[in-house]
Amino acid sequence: MTQTQNGSMERRIAEILIQELKLENVTPDTFDVTTDLVKELGIDSMDLTTVVLVLQGEYQVKFDEDSYPSLNTVRAIAAQIKQLQGAAS
Amino acid sequence: MITVRSLLDDAWYERYEKICNLNIRSSIYDVTNGCNLRCRGCFFFSSDEHLTGEAKEVHDWEGFIDAEMRRGVNLAILIGGEPTLHLDRVEAFFKRLPTFCASNGLIKVPRDRFPKMMVGISLWGDAETEKSLRGRDTFEISSKNYAGDAYTYYLYTITSQQVGRVEAMVRRIRDIGVKVHFQLLSNDEGADGFSWQPEQLADLRSEMDDLLDRYPDTVISSRYYHQVLTTGTMLGRRFGWEECPSVSETHDTRVPQPRRLIRFIRWSADLKTTHRCCTSATRDCSTCKDGAAHMSWIMVNKRAHMRTAQDLQNWIEVYEMFAKLYRFIPW
Repeated sequence: MTQTQNGSMERRIAEILIQELKLENVTPDTFDVTTDLVKELGIDSMDLTTVVLVLQGEYQVKFDEDSYPSLNTVRAIAAQIKQLQGAAS
Repeated sequence: MITVRSLLDDAWYERYEKICNLNIRSSIYDVTNGCNLRCRGCFFFSSDEHLTGEAKEVHDWEGFIDAEMRRGVNLAILIGGEPTLHLDRVEAFFKRLPTFCASNGLIKVPRDRFPKMMVGISLWGDAETEKSLRGRDTFEISSKNYAGDAYTYYLYTITSQQVGRVEAMVRRIRDIGVKVHFQLLSNDEGADGFSWQPEQLADLRSEMDDLLDRYPDTVISSRYYHQVLTTGTMLGRRFGWEECPSVSETHDTRVPQPRRLIRFIRWSADLKTTHRCCTSATRDCSTCKDGAAHMSWIMVNKRAHMRTAQDLQNWIEVYEMFAKLYRFIPW
């Protein structure tokens, strides 16, 4: 996957986070993909469950619930999705 | 974008970091349908929730608990009836996962068998109120059983008749070296004179705030918790069925679903029946004064509290209160 494709996926994940969690004063372009979602944005397990459901539909992957704690940045989520897609192909 | 760091100074951020990753998934278990007391106002008996069957064999409990752990539960809250009537069942939980045991304190949990298990002892007021509502002064016995116990606190269910008289019991609890946490009686059985009037709730809020200030080493609480519990409102929202986070997943058909406790279920002692919520299905949610439900209501609404530094600090204090009650962080 190219850097552009990585950036595109991260941007889309940021967009989903903003939409689903109704985050204010941020756009997909200004979202820092390394920001800690739990420690800095206050996202909890219910938020994460909501987002994961959308991501699973969008990317046709299935997250293991035990992996949720590691989904702590947009970048980490993108990496996890790519890993799951790779394992499935 | 508002971030936690942008709202908190270093000292508050350090406190936040200690609790933000706890990820606790609790459920409640009726260990037995029996009790050695019959209290007026007890939701368990007034709602007939004690009429389900009861699993008798410990190995059935063990298998059930293992399944609960696979379901993701990582904190067991044992209520009843009176759990200490069946210590073998309590032990099945305690050996497997962090366990909190509610009790009326009449039976002492043997600490050689249950070291460091959190015990919350119910208390409904001074001797006069206890005799009136519970038939006996339980503190007289529980205080002897648990004096100096570092893993015990009193869960003081304050009644409307205790307003202005709470300090005396707090002092007695302090004197035996135990902590205390407050909640309010919901008067499920409509006992005369025990329903709440608005001015009583306002007075009690001030009284609890004052006790928290003057007995900081004894009272585990927070001002914001007092505010939300006595007013029934949080961030302009009113507590009730549409907002309660402590509804069993199996009963939660609400649309839209509010923020709630993930995986939460309250199980009957038959290990098959699930109850509607952490109290009784007969309770009017609009007048529910359950402390744990209000505490959870605050806790599951973290991002809603990321409006101002004060809001987030309020949230942190309530989460710390919860974490202390279950000893996830030190007292």
